[in-house]
Amino acid sequence: MSADKTSIMAARELFDCRDAYMSALEEMAAADERVCAVANDSLSSAKLKNFKAKFPDRFVNVGIAEQNMVGVGAGLANGGMIPYVCGASCFLTARAMEQVKVDLAYTNSNVKLCAMSPGMAYGQLGPTHHSIEDLAWMRVLPNMVVIVPADPIETSAVMRYSLIHEGPMFLRIARVPVPRVHTDDYTFKLGKAVELRAGNDVTLMANGLLVSRALDAAHSLENRGISARVLNMSSVKPLDREAILDAARSTRGIVTAEEALAAGGLGGAVAEVLALEHPSPMRILGVPDTFAPTGTAEFLLEQFGLTAAGIERAALDLLKAEE
Amino acid sequence: MSELQFGPPAVSDRAEWLQRRANWIRLSAMTMNHHAKLGHTGGDLSSADILAVLFLGGVLRVDPAQPRWPLRDRFILSKGHGAAAYYSTLAARGFFPIEQLKTYMDPLSKLNGHPDRNKLPGVEANTGPLGHGLPIAVGAALAARMRKESWRVFVLTGDGELQEGSNWEAAMTAQHYGLENLTVIVDRNRIQQGDFTENTINMEPLAERFRAFGFAVEEIDGHSTAALVDRFSRLPLEAGKPSCLIARTIMGKGVSFAENQPAWHHGVPTEDQLAQAAAELGVEVAW
Repeated sequence: MSADKTSIMAARELFDCRDAYMSALEEMAAADERVCAVANDSLSSAKLKNFKAKFPDRFVNVGIAEQNMVGVGAGLANGGMIPYVCGASCFLTARAMEQVKVDLAYTNSNVKLCAMSPGMAYGQLGPTHHSIEDLAWMRVLPNMVVIVPADPIETSAVMRYSLIHEGPMFLRIARVPVPRVHTDDYTFKLGKAVELRAGNDVTLMANGLLVSRALDAAHSLENRGISARVLNMSSVKPLDREAILDAARSTRGIVTAEEALAAGGLGGAVAEVLALEHPSPMRILGVPDTFAPTGTAEFLLEQFGLTAAGIERAALDLLKAEE
Repeated sequence: MSELQFGPPAVSDRAEWLQRRANWIRLSAMTMNHHAKLGHTGGDLSSADILAVLFLGGVLRVDPAQPRWPLRDRFILSKGHGAAAYYSTLAARGFFPIEQLKTYMDPLSKLNGHPDRNKLPGVEANTGPLGHGLPIAVGAALAARMRKESWRVFVLTGDGELQEGSNWEAAMTAQHYGLENLTVIVDRNRIQQGDFTENTINMEPLAERFRAFGFAVEEIDGHSTAALVDRFSRLPLEAGKPSCLIARTIMGKGVSFAENQPAWHHGVPTEDQLAQAAAELGVEVAW
């Protein structure tokens, strides 16, 4: 086995990425007076209680009013502030979609959307609170950058990057605990895939909490004599076209995995590149064209095969079909 | 050319001078709509006096030489479909050449049917869909407070536009944070796209509604440049509260065939109608 960075996963300590986001936001606010936060009664879910206590003058709670929340963010940016607009992804995106399109994306406002508890984190609360559509909706907006960090280290790095990036960003902050997949020296590069494991039989592309599962799948595949490349595709937009084409050319197929609808997210983005430039065998793992049932996040991830075993099965299926 | 020149008016006849500027804005907007064969003439005409007083009457602290001067007052046109009057005003104030108005809605023009701040100097917000301006204005007013700066925020909304719930979300925020640096001006022309507002969704008692949401409110004649100058000179209306000026206006004001006619919400003048409008407005030609 090649020396890869997965050994640090051995301990399997799990982290809530919101802690890394919150620490980064508070440090950034301490260092830069332009940093402010906007909430929709989301002090607990967005972990902003401490921010409010430390920076009361730079904290705005608009109440349960997402359209207003995003517009207020655009106005703060117009006034020279750098607002972090933080709320549950299901409401932040769906309820405020026109404001996100016009006030942020079309206007190219320097506003950062921190989308909390995305995917099926609120599994038991039902499809109203699931946010599996968000990647498809955000990805089609011109000017919008869409990032799905894989672990606390990347979450922190992306937050710091967001402060120097001029323009609107959608940062999908995981609530379901994840292990670390990056080392402390990790630096985030916009639009770049991160190769976490080399391989030449098949490529596993994932983001968010699916990255550690893709690494686990790669370990299992290795036991079967299959060499799987693992790419962390945290940058859904812009997308690393070169890494995708290289995977298509140098491995026999690509499996994508994300905690989102299979339509329109990372898998769709990768498929668009491949279809036009290098048609290749693919499997897209996500939630099929359905609203998810109720159940814990882990239960739902199992249901839809968004597990190491599910990724492994998809890879084996792809390779078998190609034989 | 003298009608095109912007210059500081003598105080004694300022209201009358602003009235003439407003009529020039009216004819300019109608000429643009005629050129584009598209536009929202009725609302352009109802808002012309408000725009003239804000931009040409010395109310807004803006600098055309530095459109993004950080300490400028912000004006947000929430009724983005009133773009022709807005562009005419910005050009008259010197943000870009009056010549550019001739490109309104042309292919690749910077003068979209609705304003785009990344294309045109002086524009603060990309508006068009209704109910966006007030939340943005609230955010900007909060920014001024966070930065401990004294610039102010003005937002001009339509009246039918207030049917969008986002306005009232923003109004609650404005009250909660006591944004006295925020002034909402409602162009109360009583007509929306399909019909009179009161035949569509009852808007009254509008002043009481804003008062209930924590604003200091005054109703004014939105076509009296003297009254507008007076009110704008004593803002906020009440310390610690956001201000709301409900400007009673007439859709299509100043042009007899367009006044108070719902069809002129987005009516476009013919050549003959343009000539008649010029005669009635007392402006020979806009440009």
